[in-house]
Amino acid sequence: MIINRRDFLKASASAAAVAGLYGCASGSKASGHVVVVGGGYGGATAAKYLRMWSQGNVQVTLVERNAEFISCPISNLVIGGTKSMADITISYENLKHKWGVRVIQDEVTGIDAHARKVKLEKGGELSYDRLVLSPGIDFMWDQVPALKSAEAQAKILHAWKAGPQTVALRKQLEDMKNGGVYAITIPKAPYRCPPGPYERACLVANYFKTEKPKSKVLILDANEDVQSKKGLFMKAWADLYKDIIEYRPNSELKDVDVAGKAAVLEFEQVKADVLNVIPPHRAGNIAASTGLKLINNRWVDVNWLSMESTNTPGVHVLGDAIFPAPTMPKSGHMANQHGKLAAAAILNLLAGQAPNPTPVVMNTCYSFVDGKNAIHVASVHQYDAATQTVQPVKGAGGVSAARNELEGKAALGWAQNIWADMLA
Amino acid sequence: MMKLFHLAAAICLAGAAASATAADPNLGRNLAATCANCHGTNGKAIPGAGMDALAGMEKEKLLQKLKDFKSGAKPATIMHQISKGYTDEQLDLIAAYYAAQK
Repeated sequence: MIINRRDFLKASASAAAVAGLYGCASGSKASGHVVVVGGGYGGATAAKYLRMWSQGNVQVTLVERNAEFISCPISNLVIGGTKSMADITISYENLKHKWGVRVIQDEVTGIDAHARKVKLEKGGELSYDRLVLSPGIDFMWDQVPALKSAEAQAKILHAWKAGPQTVALRKQLEDMKNGGVYAITIPKAPYRCPPGPYERACLVANYFKTEKPKSKVLILDANEDVQSKKGLFMKAWADLYKDIIEYRPNSELKDVDVAGKAAVLEFEQVKADVLNVIPPHRAGNIAASTGLKLINNRWVDVNWLSMESTNTPGVHVLGDAIFPAPTMPKSGHMANQHGKLAAAAILNLLAGQAPNPTPVVMNTCYSFVDGKNAIHVASVHQYDAATQTVQPVKGAGGVSAARNELEGKAALGWAQNIWADMLA
Repeated sequence: MMKLFHLAAAICLAGAAASATAADPNLGRNLAATCANCHGTNGKAIPGAGMDALAGMEKEKLLQKLKDFKSGAKPATIMHQISKGYTDEQLDLIAAYYAAQK
């Protein structure tokens, strides 16, 4: 058969129309409306990248309960007294005006995944073609019964969601007498930000060392060992805070004596002047109430090619709320990467194409051990078709050789750049 | 119509074969986006924040730098660990994407 060029073009056009029916529709453009719930590291990134990568062809509505973004990463420096709330607070103005994201300050009270509608607390509902849920975490107060009331929660702080609690914990530390004890309790893994509690212990100790040198920091860890950057943290504690920080593994919190400011462990009660309880947590409540499949009744099960819920089509879930892939931490950096993976997949799906079959995500996490020196952990995760998840690349990633000031500068540079990557 | 269907299938297959290393047309863009947390959206890092801006960097120069991080020839605090997580083909796509950014 001989086909001349004109015939081939004609045939190609028809063939392309046929091919469209069979899922080979390259070149078609994504359009539609995506609703994003939660404007943190995952959701804000997804919202911006959906607008940017679709050249504005996909409409995006972001529903966020807070008026401004407040970062959890770097918030330990506010608690330690070397940064202010203004340093970690960023507006949504650029998402609105530069990227054309419709930002609604409201709370999502319900999701009808079948009708593809989201219900809002202040009234009204939003229809979507695809939904992105980036709800973060909610605490399992049943595991710390004495902290169920709002009154108790205002006294014994978690400060594990940056905001008013961050300010309040700093105030408690400032009000504490020289010679007092600050105790922090860490839940069993997995929890948000594996190195975060150890970094906080360092930065509180750093504050005590200069301002209240007779004071102590007590780490009550439910886990059997330090969960991240172990050697580097233990070296910092030994070198910098020998008489200040005490680390107690296998110390699972059972409850709290609110009036006595005591952590109730299995065999003893540990009294503190400032008690900082990080309760066990799970995917944000909206995930569970929507009927998304959870693993261990806590974390959302997702398809790693698209971040889509494995039992609820059209709903993509990001960040700390998901059941993590092997060795993947719950971090802001990782949530940002989830946001990009989901944005790319959603644009393909809206254009009638399959998601990228070979996604890659990576993590970088810096922790300060004092006002200037930081340490990192990094990892790269590539999709593995055999296990249908992203697997850490062997031989890649790792931790700092030693704490250093260069990485302290890099940590602040990381923050400036990732905040811009999400919100500017 | 059957002929058309066969032709459609052939075009699909040809497309798939041609893109064996870059199955998704936006693979370079997607891979480069994994660097943007530190190096800025599309490689436009915040000036003065201490991160290299990758946008518009000559492809061969950036690729060589990444390969030197990967081999250990170029010392680093973190990039030697991150570059090892990507295949040489992926690093090539990343370098090409950033070189094309203005």
